[in-house]
Amino acid sequence: MPAYEAVIGLEVHAELETASKMFCACAVVDSTSAEPNTVTCPVCLGMPGALPVVNQRAVEMGLRVGLALNCAIPPFSQFARKSYFYPDLPKGYQISQYEYPLAINGWLEIDLPDGMTKRVRIRRAHLEEDTGKLTHTDGHSLVDLNRAGVPLLEIVSEADLRSAEEAEIYARKLVAILRYLGVNSGDMSKGVLRIEPNISVRPVGSSEFRTRTEIKNLNSIRSLARASAYEIERQIALWEAGGQVQQATLGWDEARQVTVVQRVKESADDYRYFPEPDLPVLEIGPAWVEDVRMGLPELPDARRDRFMGQFGLSRYDAAVLVAEQAVAAYFEAAVTAGGDPKGVANYLTGEVFRLMNSEGRDRQDIGAIRLTPPALAALVTLVRQGTITHGVARQLVETLYAAGGDPAALVAAHGLAQVSDADVLGEAVARTLDAHPGEVARYLAGEEKLLKFLMGLVMRELRGQADAQVVARLLAAQLAQRRG
Amino acid sequence: MLTDLTLSEAQAALRAGTITAVALTQAHLERIRALEPDLHAYLTVTEDLALQAAEEADRRRANGDDSPLLGIPLAIKDVLMTRGVPTTAGSRILEGFLPPYTATAVQRLLDAGAVMLGKTNTDEFAMGSSTENSGYGPTRNPWDVACVPGGSSGGSAAAVAARLALGALGTDTGGSVRQPASFCGVCALKPSYGRVSRYGVIAFASSLDQVGVFGRSAADLAALLGVIAGHDPRDGTSMTLPVPDYAAALTGDIRGLRVGVPREYFVEGVQPAVEKTVRAAIDQLAALGAEVRPISLPHTEYALPIYYLIAPSEASANLARFDGVRYGLRDAQGALWPTYKATRGKGFGPEVKRRIMLGTYALSAGYYDAYYLKAQKVRTLIRQDFDRAFAEVDLIAAPTTPATAFRIGEKADDPLAMYLSDTLTLSASLAGIVGASVPCGFDENGLPIGLQIIGPAFDEPTVLRAADAYQRVTSWHSRRPPL
Repeated sequence: MPAYEAVIGLEVHAELETASKMFCACAVVDSTSAEPNTVTCPVCLGMPGALPVVNQRAVEMGLRVGLALNCAIPPFSQFARKSYFYPDLPKGYQISQYEYPLAINGWLEIDLPDGMTKRVRIRRAHLEEDTGKLTHTDGHSLVDLNRAGVPLLEIVSEADLRSAEEAEIYARKLVAILRYLGVNSGDMSKGVLRIEPNISVRPVGSSEFRTRTEIKNLNSIRSLARASAYEIERQIALWEAGGQVQQATLGWDEARQVTVVQRVKESADDYRYFPEPDLPVLEIGPAWVEDVRMGLPELPDARRDRFMGQFGLSRYDAAVLVAEQAVAAYFEAAVTAGGDPKGVANYLTGEVFRLMNSEGRDRQDIGAIRLTPPALAALVTLVRQGTITHGVARQLVETLYAAGGDPAALVAAHGLAQVSDADVLGEAVARTLDAHPGEVARYLAGEEKLLKFLMGLVMRELRGQADAQVVARLLAAQLAQRRG
Repeated sequence: MLTDLTLSEAQAALRAGTITAVALTQAHLERIRALEPDLHAYLTVTEDLALQAAEEADRRRANGDDSPLLGIPLAIKDVLMTRGVPTTAGSRILEGFLPPYTATAVQRLLDAGAVMLGKTNTDEFAMGSSTENSGYGPTRNPWDVACVPGGSSGGSAAAVAARLALGALGTDTGGSVRQPASFCGVCALKPSYGRVSRYGVIAFASSLDQVGVFGRSAADLAALLGVIAGHDPRDGTSMTLPVPDYAAALTGDIRGLRVGVPREYFVEGVQPAVEKTVRAAIDQLAALGAEVRPISLPHTEYALPIYYLIAPSEASANLARFDGVRYGLRDAQGALWPTYKATRGKGFGPEVKRRIMLGTYALSAGYYDAYYLKAQKVRTLIRQDFDRAFAEVDLIAAPTTPATAFRIGEKADDPLAMYLSDTLTLSASLAGIVGASVPCGFDENGLPIGLQIIGPAFDEPTVLRAADAYQRVTSWHSRRPPL
């Protein structure tokens, strides 16, 4: 069997977090919790005679994303009507952009697991309005139009991704950028972001494009990764068995973890696009573009590079820290409070992330944990000064994470300071060896791996507060004596 | 008779206190009761609301209010949304529909003190030239009830002609205020595209639709336009240009005004009586000091075919919202697609279906470039015709329609013959410029003939000035139909 590679392009639909909808004054609300059909007006209900008016703020957010993705911003763009009948589409057409999108020809650089970087080309980003939401109950379909007209930015990549993993990395990076830009929370459980990969496979080394399938409406990055991996395997198996991939729109069955055919495409859909006559052409002058560009925040890549240069962090550590804006901010706050950057990075990406993971806390919510950046900084300083050991520090992170507090005060109150007095440590070593004559004998008989075990016993005896280097020296000396 | 006053005369009388709004409104309601069985100009008469509004107007006037249209009874074409008052666009698909909001143009009239008498008949979704396409039966021409009043704003034109309202709002997409004004012997003006808000106008063809005004004199048109014109933040295509004082433009002086007469508007198919009468009207303008000269608008012949690509294309999308899901007719069939088909199949009339099919076809993949896109390119050529013409002349004068009102049923089975009755009004709509029609005589059967006056975009003042100057020395606009 030849080796295959995937050819994947991603369409990401991101809701823009404006105060009001794309074409009317209705508020944008959490459509998973708001009472159905309470945030509507004649415009988003598609009442006769109602007209759309462009939300300038949504355009500006779209421009932010376009510029952050290194896109060109054409001097004008145009809305178009995309016609089809469905009950979640009140006007019978969606106002979108077709021939003249807001942003074109950009790119996003991703870090691959093998340490290489890859530039994924962005074909276009265009503005459109979201549809309503349908709920199907027995024999009925309920229509909620709260979401109808919420601004969406559709970000379309070229088919530059070659594996499910690359697709996942690209999506994570894109979501991070959207969060940095303050245009989308990235909270996929609320439906503010939907991902649609189109996937085909081909033998490695080939440049052909085989028939592709499209998976609709994936609502988490995990689903994207799993659905893509599944679909890639399915297509490879089909080709290998001498079969054909059929062009189709697929769904992802979360429960069974399989892709399922929703609709087979025999011919291209005809949406009868034409320029939206209710809206003038959107002119975007160079001054506006420059204004938006000046207002862009420091983006993940720039921040990563700065962390590497300014703090001497590895590319990997820096990338992990900047992936979430809140984490990067936490890190910088701890460093500003006097913490050694590498030490802070280690405890943050090690102990703190582990604790957050174990309670299922999202990294973007790091600002809410009880261990404050100054406390972490103080802790790192205590370790660096030799006042406490790494072992004690790890325990303290747990304590502070659970209850907050001041590390120095805790060390004083509980006598956690490191012990390096050779007499005290020598006594503890002797006590331990006396208590375990069997292990000592086996060690002396050549079973050298027991040294680590004995070392651990001594450290435990000293509640982790011992200077490990001194203990190791004393242990070696006393064992040598007993050999004699 | 109170109903014989022009709008401008009624304004003066109300101000002077010689009449009351209630008396004026009652006089109109009585005449509506008497003549509606013959004419069917209205789809809904809002008698109670009208009397309440008239009483309110009299109270306000007693308190010193002098809003421009205070106490003036008007009719509103049924394609304009009116909150809580049935609005059907002449379609069965909206039978009984009560809008949740009021169109901007109507709201501006009401805010200026106007009294709404009711909603007037129209071809379904403004698609037609005779009101015969109304889902509720045709309106009859007050000059000859065997004839059509024109369309699509035939109800408004007939109401103003028959003294069933002092003035009216219509909409004009390809001639829908000018053509019925011509057929009914009243005045109408289609403003420049973007001059009046389209918010609340049930859309036919969005790039062409414009609210127009009807009256019995150019001064009436100026009074109404002054109230409804101006930018509306709810309509992205409405212009922010300031609204001039239209009444002040009516100086009576058109000396030196350059008036172009396009040879393409006097071709085969124009009735001899129409040509003779319109030429006489143009001679009258010359007698008033205008410099009349021949001009050419070479792409005129393409206006009809491209209009019938662009307008139906836009309509095919605009009418998609009538799906039986949220409002209007719903013929539930258990499943979604059968419900769509039954609802739209039953709710729309044959002309509307014809245009939806035309437009859907023209926008389809593979045909878009050959039809819709090509039509838009020709539309640019038509605009350029006018740009070139207006470099040489201030206004253009021509017939409004090639022929006078035809008989009910005469063209009902021949859509193309019906389309041809708009052939002289389409170009100005496609170019988005000003077009007015004023009465200028009668044919051998006593049916009115209209003079069309076309002006550059946003030059409504000059168009109104010429129409007013003409009316100061003629009396065609004061003739009343023999009812």
